[in-house]
Amino acid sequence: MTRPGADRGGPRLHIDWTRCEGRGLCVELLPEVLDSDPWGYPIARPEPGRAPGDPSVPAALSEYLDAAIEACPRVALSRRHGG
Amino acid sequence: MTTTAPLPRSTARPRPNPGRPFTPVSPSGRLLAAAAPGLAEHLRRNGPPPSPSADLPDLVEAAGLTGRGGAAFPTWRKLASVGARPIVIANGAEGEPASGKDAWLLRSAPHLVLDGLGLVAGSVGASRAYAYAPPGPGAARLRAALAERGREPVPVEVVEAVDGFLAGEASAVAARVAGLPARPRDKAVRLSEAGVRGRPTLVHNVETLAHVAQIARYGPGWFRRVGTPDEPGTFLATLSGAVARPGVREAAFGTTLAGLAAMAGGLTGPVAAFLVGGYHGRWVPADAGAGLGLTPGPRPSGLAVGAGVVIALPASSCGLGASAAILRYLAEQSAGACGPCRLGLPALADAFAELAGRGNPRAAVSAARLAGLVAGRGACHNPDGAARLARSALEVFADDVALHQTGRCQARSGRPASRGSAQR
Repeated sequence: MTRPGADRGGPRLHIDWTRCEGRGLCVELLPEVLDSDPWGYPIARPEPGRAPGDPSVPAALSEYLDAAIEACPRVALSRRHGG
Repeated sequence: MTTTAPLPRSTARPRPNPGRPFTPVSPSGRLLAAAAPGLAEHLRRNGPPPSPSADLPDLVEAAGLTGRGGAAFPTWRKLASVGARPIVIANGAEGEPASGKDAWLLRSAPHLVLDGLGLVAGSVGASRAYAYAPPGPGAARLRAALAERGREPVPVEVVEAVDGFLAGEASAVAARVAGLPARPRDKAVRLSEAGVRGRPTLVHNVETLAHVAQIARYGPGWFRRVGTPDEPGTFLATLSGAVARPGVREAAFGTTLAGLAAMAGGLTGPVAAFLVGGYHGRWVPADAGAGLGLTPGPRPSGLAVGAGVVIALPASSCGLGASAAILRYLAEQSAGACGPCRLGLPALADAFAELAGRGNPRAAVSAARLAGLVAGRGACHNPDGAARLARSALEVFADDVALHQTGRCQARSGRPASRGSAQR
């Protein structure tokens, strides 16, 4: 388990993988945090010292985090504080 | 499985043993010695069920018990953090094909499990309890045991588990108990907040519950008399592969891999590697790993044994072939709900099939990349476990990765590599 708020700081973007179908809007809105994997699903850009999983989103990008959560047609995204 | 001396009675509580940091194996086992299928013998060996108490989380914290379903999460934290009027589930699904300890426990010590379930359910103020077990002897024995016992602190219903590797995943268990398909769900909302029908839900492995019952009977000091200070107590292990007497054994944490193999009658021949922690575990080279101690979860200097599965891979079997077979199985067992697992695990299994056959350098690179792509990207830990297994295989069988490209294999010393050498 990784500690909340590590590295980039700010809240974490939780992806419900049972809902995500790789529509890609989140990757467009948060390119600093997310990339597309070979199948088109969002993947967190590496954060040094952190295990893979929900990426943390810098506070400066908070507006775009909200936009991504709103835009997801699968309602797969949520803002998550803590572990 | 034979047992000898029963446990000491609660009236003769064993003295603490502070001078010795590690006792390798309790003389007669604990759960093994306490096991009795019928109620009369169970009561003779163990006395009446421990009474529910609000202090149970403190007692379990003092004992240092961790979950025996594989994740090794501190049991007291689950007990202390669950919401009001929860539902409690004893999880005996044991989807791992190489594991047999929960089936053994349900057959041989159902009352110990029910003691623990009743104790936990009563102590956390549960309204309902469920015992989730595979159809057949496990569920039948639980039903028979419940009929013998009469009134429970909290009503218990037996629910039959579905088949499959993921059937025992906690959120899949909660879904099944609620009458839904047994599929893992997203963890944004914890089961302890909202699980079965939206109610706070506690899911404990059946072995964990048996330990809780004995901790309540004999105390945390007794529990800590074996094992190491950081990882106290015993665990049930299922040994298979190149051991003389495969099956379920009970050992203290800190026991070495070699020590555990000795409990199964020793090795039947040269062994290349051990798979420690089951299909979601890690390969460990036999020479470097034999002297390492077994721990519940990951430790810098120990081997995480998870739910206690240890497989000894004979030197005559190809480790890449065995890994390819396991990864194919994990890919087939994917619930298919999460994209990276549904698409990534078959690709990972394909890369390993190539490595296990006439490998090529690209397949090793591809396997490592795919392991990195699937890890941490699912509602459950199936992709993480597959990535862990794949990475350890690439490391431990690195020589074979190179050898296969020359058409040879360590297992067959010079003979052509083959996909058919997988061992379960």
